[in-house]
Amino acid sequence: MGLSLDASIVLMALAPFAAALLAPLVQRIAAPFAGWVLALVPAAIFVFLLGFIEPIAAHRFVQAGLDWVPAYGLTLSFFIDGLSLTFALAISGIGALILIYSGAYLRGHRHLGRFLGFMLAFMGAMLGLVLADNMLALFSFWELTTVTSFLLIGFDHSRQAARRGAIQALVVTNIGGMGLLLGVILAQQLTGQWNLSGLRDFGDAMRENPVYPVVLIAFLAAAFTKSAQFPFHFWLPNAMEAPTPVSAFLHSATMVQGGVYLLLRLTPFLGGTPAWTVTLVAFGGFTLLWGALGAIRQTDLKQVLAQSTIASLGLLVLLIGLGTELSITAAILYFVAHAVYKAGLFLVVGNVDHGSGSRDIVTLGGLGDPMPVTFIAAALAALSMVGLPVTAGFLAKEEMYLGLLGPDWPQILVLIVLVIGNALLAGVALSIAIRPFLGSLLPTPKVPHEAPIAMLAGPVVLGAAGILLALNAGRLGHDIVVPTIAAVLGVAAESHLTPMLDFTSLALWLSAATIALGILVHWQLAPIRSTLRRIGTALGWTFDHGFDAAMFGLIRFAGAVTRLLHHGRLELYLVLVFAGFALAVLVPVFGMGGLEALLPNAELGDWSAKLAWPQLQVHEWAVLAMAVVGLVAILTAKSRLVAILALGVQGAAVALIFLSFGAPDLAFTQFMVEILSVVILALVMTRLKLDERDYREFEDLARDGTLAVVGGTGISLLLMVVLAGAFDPRLSDFFAATSVPIAHGANIVNVILVDYRGFDTLGEISVVLGAGIAILALLRRRRAAP
Amino acid sequence: MNTLIFRTMVGPIVTIMLIFSAFICLRGHNAPGGGFIGGLIAAAAIAVLGIAGGATAARKALRVDPLAIAGFGVVIAALSGLGSMFTGSPFLTSIWAYWPLGETTVPLSTPLVFDIGVYLVVLGTLAAIALVLEEEEGP
Repeated sequence: MGLSLDASIVLMALAPFAAALLAPLVQRIAAPFAGWVLALVPAAIFVFLLGFIEPIAAHRFVQAGLDWVPAYGLTLSFFIDGLSLTFALAISGIGALILIYSGAYLRGHRHLGRFLGFMLAFMGAMLGLVLADNMLALFSFWELTTVTSFLLIGFDHSRQAARRGAIQALVVTNIGGMGLLLGVILAQQLTGQWNLSGLRDFGDAMRENPVYPVVLIAFLAAAFTKSAQFPFHFWLPNAMEAPTPVSAFLHSATMVQGGVYLLLRLTPFLGGTPAWTVTLVAFGGFTLLWGALGAIRQTDLKQVLAQSTIASLGLLVLLIGLGTELSITAAILYFVAHAVYKAGLFLVVGNVDHGSGSRDIVTLGGLGDPMPVTFIAAALAALSMVGLPVTAGFLAKEEMYLGLLGPDWPQILVLIVLVIGNALLAGVALSIAIRPFLGSLLPTPKVPHEAPIAMLAGPVVLGAAGILLALNAGRLGHDIVVPTIAAVLGVAAESHLTPMLDFTSLALWLSAATIALGILVHWQLAPIRSTLRRIGTALGWTFDHGFDAAMFGLIRFAGAVTRLLHHGRLELYLVLVFAGFALAVLVPVFGMGGLEALLPNAELGDWSAKLAWPQLQVHEWAVLAMAVVGLVAILTAKSRLVAILALGVQGAAVALIFLSFGAPDLAFTQFMVEILSVVILALVMTRLKLDERDYREFEDLARDGTLAVVGGTGISLLLMVVLAGAFDPRLSDFFAATSVPIAHGANIVNVILVDYRGFDTLGEISVVLGAGIAILALLRRRRAAP
Repeated sequence: MNTLIFRTMVGPIVTIMLIFSAFICLRGHNAPGGGFIGGLIAAAAIAVLGIAGGATAARKALRVDPLAIAGFGVVIAALSGLGSMFTGSPFLTSIWAYWPLGETTVPLSTPLVFDIGVYLVVLGTLAAIALVLEEEEGP
């Protein structure tokens, strides 16, 4: 390849976005094969990433980057080590299979092209998230996954439930996104590092820092919301409103694993403290049991899988919290096994739904005959989920049990939680693989038929992968697990993984007990389910309801605030504006010591003797008199129109003062503004059909008068304070000296406007235009209203 | 307002105001004036036209929507700043050219284009507001 490594890695990270833009076009040109064609992009990324396995297994990592904002030392940098490689392989590999599947699943859908584009964009965001080295890039990709998953969950946007699910996912994961931003900024401020790869060296200093709890909470908020940990788990089941391929992708290897990735990535930086361990183990363990019980409660196959995903995420968080070499090994193996079997099972459910028209486990049965390939795929995936020997799931379970064999009671407690959780999940897995496919064929909405090849490729490959990975346990350990442990824990581990069974190990017997319990759960599924449902009904409250209540509360609060501030009474708006103005000018005069400059001091001596009338020319007295006459006329005018005209007279006097002090541009502008103000105010008067007279109650008069006097006094005092200070001529000297030579203009005011400060002026004229549009909108609305 | 004298005189008055506004705008770089003031004068001229003959007639005389004039102004002001990108200078850096025309040379520059943009924005926005206010009440 002619490309440098930097360029090819950046190109790889951006390729899905380019493909996303082209997706609708590809769909139009190659309609029946769009899924296959677009799947080439993630497939190519997968193959490209496979090439990194060898160098990374040899204890190296790859860094690449492009300058982003060099002035702040920011680079759009990517970083591949064992951890990001594991995640990126899962994302691109499963992504390719799911794109193929999507093309067939949504065949003939009006917006298939758009859907494939969203999928690719989401995949790009997810890849960027796990490959980003720069923490701001990490945050951007993190939020991008939130936004693109919002589009995917709400893809079927004509249904209210889909919109609600999408908004819920957006709100919950976005709260976590804010936590991530906070954590990133704090981490950068504390360490001076923008790069994740650089944080590793600051772990010890960080753990002793008094701000550590804040940083921990910020990052945990991000990870727990994204990875649907209790009590933020409720968005995940509602995200099932998405088309099935979306669920298969988001809830196996991507979206929800973002939080798991973040926790693993931050282990060297934040991990290992009691706070970290206790929080993660407690929340993870609870989430495991909560999700597993939730899965048994459900009968909709997609909901069952969603709840079991919550459980699996809890399990992963728990393992990360333990933080030992064995538990991290288990977490990595479980991540891989779960990604493969969960994606496979979601796709199987999609096939069942597609082939029979139903997803309810109670109404399905005997589909193994009409849908043999789907059945085989389901069985393979379920074997891994149950954790039978020679599956990836079995390897993961052995490792997690091995890590907890010990005499301490906390270990035993966690072990019990794990066995129960795994047993419940095993029961769920058995019911998914057996109930719909075995037994006698039950009537379904559609005549059951096998799915097309594009929809079988994914489930079969993923089901087989669970077995193949376990058969090649040695390579899996060497290529994936050991480099990831090196990335997470910074130790060089030895892989001891083997597909063989060790009958002397207690862990194996624990696995056997788990499977036995799982079979028991499967056998007694119906009674357990009805008991759980009775408890749920008795409680009558769910986090889902809590979310709704919080959202409605927020809307009501916003409404109340709006009604308070945006009451529609122009008079009070103006009072507020002028009161704010008075405050703004008076604070510097009185609060910041400006007044001292004006008060007579000792140097002045007897100042009363120095008082004198100003020496003014006759025309200057005339201008002053004109201003006073205008002012008096405004205050005494009987009709509003006269007051408006008098205001113009007063303004003209001010313009004349500007003129006599040598500011012709200012005077010129002031004149024009005064004229146009009078014209427009008079026009507004006739349009609004106001009373001719401006009658005010005494209270109003007192309030308005006070405001006017206070504001006027304030601005006068402020100007006097400003003028009393020493004049710094640097800027005016610069303009006077350079205006003609470099800007070719003798009128400095104009040269400043159009040249020196041209960018400000550009902003100002944009504001003028915007204000004009707003005023027109208001005026036209009045006209439209009766 | 709709007297015969006013209606007769409005043509010459508006013409003079518009020419004067252009003059003020163009001379602004070296003498009092500029796009902002010129735009205000021109807007006043349009307002006067509307007062004399009604908003509809004034709109007809303008030919284009005044708000479009304002939008065009922002666009050419922004575009005038893009020229400096080809000389490798920051946005809005001025470029000058001298066009010999018989006895004299006419200096041309990007700030001139920018100032004309300002002129058009002020003219367009204020004229749009004034004309909407001058429109007859709907039925």
